[in-house]
Amino acid sequence: MNASYEWLKAFVDFDATPAQLRDLITAHTATVDEIVPVRQDLASIVIARVVEASPHPDSDHLWFTKVDAGGGELLEVVCGAPNVTVGKLYPFAPVGTTMPSGIKLDRRKIRGIVSNGMLCSSKELGLGGNHDGILELDVDATPGTNFLSAMAVGDTRIVIDVGANRSDLHSHLGIARELSAVVGAPWRLPGIPGLPSPISAPLTTKVEGTTASVSIRVEADTKTRRYAALVIRGVTVGPSPEWLVKRLESVGGRSINNVVDATNYVLHELGQPVHAFDLANLSGGIVVRRANPGEKATTLDGVERDLTQCIVIADGRRALAVAGVMGCKNSEVTDTTKDVLVEVASFDPQGTRISRRQLGISTDASYRFERGVDVEGVPTALDRVARVIMAVAGGSVDGTPADIRGTAVAPHDITLRVPRVKQLLGDEVPSATCQHILTTAGFKLLSASETELRFHVPSWRTDVTTEVDLIEEVARFYGYDKFSDEIRPFRPTTTRDDPMWVDARRIRDAMVGLGFLECRPMPFVKGADNTHAAVANPLSAEEGFLRTSVLESLSRRAEHNLAQRIGDVRFFEVGSVFHRSGQAMPHEHVHLGIVLMGHRRPPHFSEPQPPMLDEWDAKATAEVAARAAFSGESVELALGAGTRLWELRNQGTVVGWVTRLTLDAPVWAAPAFGIEIVLGRMVTEAPAPHGGHNYAEGAGAPTLNTVKYRAIPTMPPADFDLALVVPNGTTVAQVEAVVRESAGELLERLDLFDQYTGEGVPAGHRSLAWRLTFRHPERTLRDKEIEGRRAKIVRALEDELNVRQRTS
Amino acid sequence: MTLDQFQQDIDRLRAEAISAFEMVSTAEELEAARIQFLGDRSGQLRSIQQALGALPKEEKPAAGRAFNEIKQALTDAHESRLRAVSRARVEAALEDPTMPARRVWRGAKHPVTLVIDEVAEIFRELGFTIALGPQVETEWYNFGALGFPANHPAMDMHDTLYVHGDVLLRTHTSPVQIRTLQKYPPPIRILAPGDVFRRDFFDASHAPMFAQVEGLCIDEGISFVDLKGMLSNFARRLLGPRTKTRFRPSYFPFTEPSAEMDVQCQICKGAGCAVCKGTGWAEILGSGMVHPAVLTNVGLDAEKYTGWAFGMGPGRIAMQRYDIPDIRLLYDSDVRFLEQLAE
Repeated sequence: MNASYEWLKAFVDFDATPAQLRDLITAHTATVDEIVPVRQDLASIVIARVVEASPHPDSDHLWFTKVDAGGGELLEVVCGAPNVTVGKLYPFAPVGTTMPSGIKLDRRKIRGIVSNGMLCSSKELGLGGNHDGILELDVDATPGTNFLSAMAVGDTRIVIDVGANRSDLHSHLGIARELSAVVGAPWRLPGIPGLPSPISAPLTTKVEGTTASVSIRVEADTKTRRYAALVIRGVTVGPSPEWLVKRLESVGGRSINNVVDATNYVLHELGQPVHAFDLANLSGGIVVRRANPGEKATTLDGVERDLTQCIVIADGRRALAVAGVMGCKNSEVTDTTKDVLVEVASFDPQGTRISRRQLGISTDASYRFERGVDVEGVPTALDRVARVIMAVAGGSVDGTPADIRGTAVAPHDITLRVPRVKQLLGDEVPSATCQHILTTAGFKLLSASETELRFHVPSWRTDVTTEVDLIEEVARFYGYDKFSDEIRPFRPTTTRDDPMWVDARRIRDAMVGLGFLECRPMPFVKGADNTHAAVANPLSAEEGFLRTSVLESLSRRAEHNLAQRIGDVRFFEVGSVFHRSGQAMPHEHVHLGIVLMGHRRPPHFSEPQPPMLDEWDAKATAEVAARAAFSGESVELALGAGTRLWELRNQGTVVGWVTRLTLDAPVWAAPAFGIEIVLGRMVTEAPAPHGGHNYAEGAGAPTLNTVKYRAIPTMPPADFDLALVVPNGTTVAQVEAVVRESAGELLERLDLFDQYTGEGVPAGHRSLAWRLTFRHPERTLRDKEIEGRRAKIVRALEDELNVRQRTS
Repeated sequence: MTLDQFQQDIDRLRAEAISAFEMVSTAEELEAARIQFLGDRSGQLRSIQQALGALPKEEKPAAGRAFNEIKQALTDAHESRLRAVSRARVEAALEDPTMPARRVWRGAKHPVTLVIDEVAEIFRELGFTIALGPQVETEWYNFGALGFPANHPAMDMHDTLYVHGDVLLRTHTSPVQIRTLQKYPPPIRILAPGDVFRRDFFDASHAPMFAQVEGLCIDEGISFVDLKGMLSNFARRLLGPRTKTRFRPSYFPFTEPSAEMDVQCQICKGAGCAVCKGTGWAEILGSGMVHPAVLTNVGLDAEKYTGWAFGMGPGRIAMQRYDIPDIRLLYDSDVRFLEQLAE
């Protein structure tokens, strides 16, 4: 909402400067986003007096003048205006000024004489008007005075961010009512030059009415709350007077003609949208109805539009306007218009919303109707707009205005319990203070007792429906800043940390410790198979589906880096993935995703080309991640199927996988690996039926499985190496299983430390070497015992796997 | 053997060992000398210890003291020589000590995570626990239970991405309020961080997905004073002990009274600048007293229980804190961006 400082001052007497007004409105009503001087472009214009004027020697229409602009010396200025008069004051633009038209003034010769600036016309200052010649100022100001500070053109625009509930604040009247309550001064409608006396009261009817022999019918299914109209005959359409142009410009509007300007004036002043039709273009009576399927019309912006679903104002033949949104070309007020039908209505907010969305245009009118226009304000607005039109365009009202009411909105009466105010706000606000605040804000006191106040809600406050709404009124007019600011004693919560949060934190710490960077990308993907849930109304086809895997997002992010020539990528993310579930809610799971590619370590002079990350780094990362993800549980990495190098299994269930990633990568890129671990499911089911609750016992984070301490060994270990020739097809896991089985429980470690194929190893075999470490908890192992175990292991390997010791 | 002989052996060993330690010049040689004299199995000190057992009982205490003394002396001598030998080796290798250290890849949390973690820590000190909820939601949890009027301009700020029917991507973390209140009885103090979605096109300051942190406190006797106290405390903990706050009227369907909290503009310190549009204040979070209808919607007695809630955007705080000019940097996952914030 754009409000004008001067306009508000015409409503309410207050002393606040624009900046103070901004702070008052922000503190009590709605946030002021900014205050903007309306004519900042005139900041360098000063008032100057013409001291001498003589005809230019080389021109028959130019004047050579000497001007006092307050600088001490007289300036020589060439002027082309016929009305330049010695002794008079004029707006003067010094050299260097950028004029509203965008032209910058230079010191330049005009027919041989240097001109040091320009005496300005109203038009040149962007103040409207078509007067020939420069603007003669009728003010008492010394030359050199800043033009904006001396003249009433220096209004300030106050840009207010009005909440979606406060339909009443989209007008100067609405803001003025609030200000009146805040500063404690009454409000009144601003005076207007030449305003005629009030018009006769309208005749209120239901469904149908008539004014100046124009019949009006409002169909019930349009849910129109009120529709008033009158006819003004004999208007002279033309330019608006200066005050009206200025008012509209102060709120960011522009002048069209005096009749249309008058309607827009009332929109901004009272928040009541008004539409004027050229009566000559009406055929038959007016009807407010739903548009016929496929009905079309050209709206005032020159676009032919399909009106299906809209509510329209029509005559016997065609639609003349889309109710609450925009008029149509066919009944527009033009220069030749003599008689107008003026419509002041309160249309259904939801109907307007549907029309606005159907047409895809939002207007000052639709914005207000969508939020609700005060039903009881219609007669006031009808009177106001008729008189403003007559004041600026002449003419007179023909007959009695019509006023058709729809279903009456029940008036709201609400009781405020004074103790409830303290319960909610924490500090006591005395009953008398509550009463004073609410009555000055327009609420009518119906009854009062020690602990209860009953109020009638004013018609414009449709947002106030319950007691808590009244308490908010009390709080904000009293002033949020007046309430105490302290932490009072409290009881502990019954809630516990969500286990997923606890896990995610631990996992993030582990991954950061491994040198990985956390990403938080979008969960949207473009490609899809039938497991992907689609977004019904995506922003673009690129984001048409929800990911089923975190690696889908991280792969795109890795490619983004490759495109920037960055090949060392180590990413992780803890995020949600989604699987389609027919027409039910998609299944949501939280996954850990990891991508790794590039050098294992940053290059260093001691190692200019570090090795690249490979499958074994991916497997190691997966093991660390799995330990963090499933703390204390035994997760094993088993051989994967398909594109999966390994699968993570937690008690048989697949909970993750390690893969080679196929990226859109340049030739220089190193191989990329991905790890994805399923951390758990997000519960999307309702914990309890709507309107109820279901308090579960013992919900919350479970106790973590902790690793138990084992005594640090005090006895020395004994170890030996075992080099084996293993036929292809026999796995390390198989060999290790046999070794463990035959070595007995004293085997402490079994570490594969070498793999070799080539000379000395038969074809179809590989040589693998392990170090075996044995330890007895209570005594030193004897050489003989170790030798005995070695022989047993070798025998078992030969018998069970046909694996022999390497001899060479 | 007599005590005198024992003492003579000790003195001889001390002289031999110390001179042997002094003569070596490398760590390898020193280790050989250590094994010769101090070795566990066959070191010469070990033979002395064995000789100790052969002494008459009455001489053992004096001999024991002498043994302990030489053991300590030789250990000290070895250690001091080890330090000298090691330093000599390092210095010999580092002809140019200005050469760069070996580097390691540094990991980092995302800046938004850093802010969320910090906010969580502040509220945990005041008894809040962390609650999470799904990102796919139903209209009831996202709007209905929170009192959003259907087909109302209040919905315009929540332009929604739908999946199908009444299933949507949550537009705020407030559904977690409802889910928590359905699962736990008051008193409730939770903080709910998470990602939310709006149908907003990407630009320098908007994204279709962004993080939010929701706070909720419900019990008997909770009031607007608690809201102000708790949230202004939060601002001081997050931004510094002298941070000034102000509360101004606002509108959210699920709180009443509603209040936006501003902090004094961090750039101009309240004087007014282009960033704060001359007001001297910068918005940091939205809050309010939980609307009685929300409590009724989870079967609580709104006459008995009251509470407050707030919501804030950690992404915006991260952008201010780390001077990040464009929100898209938070999503692009450029390694050069993420690495800058490694701690």
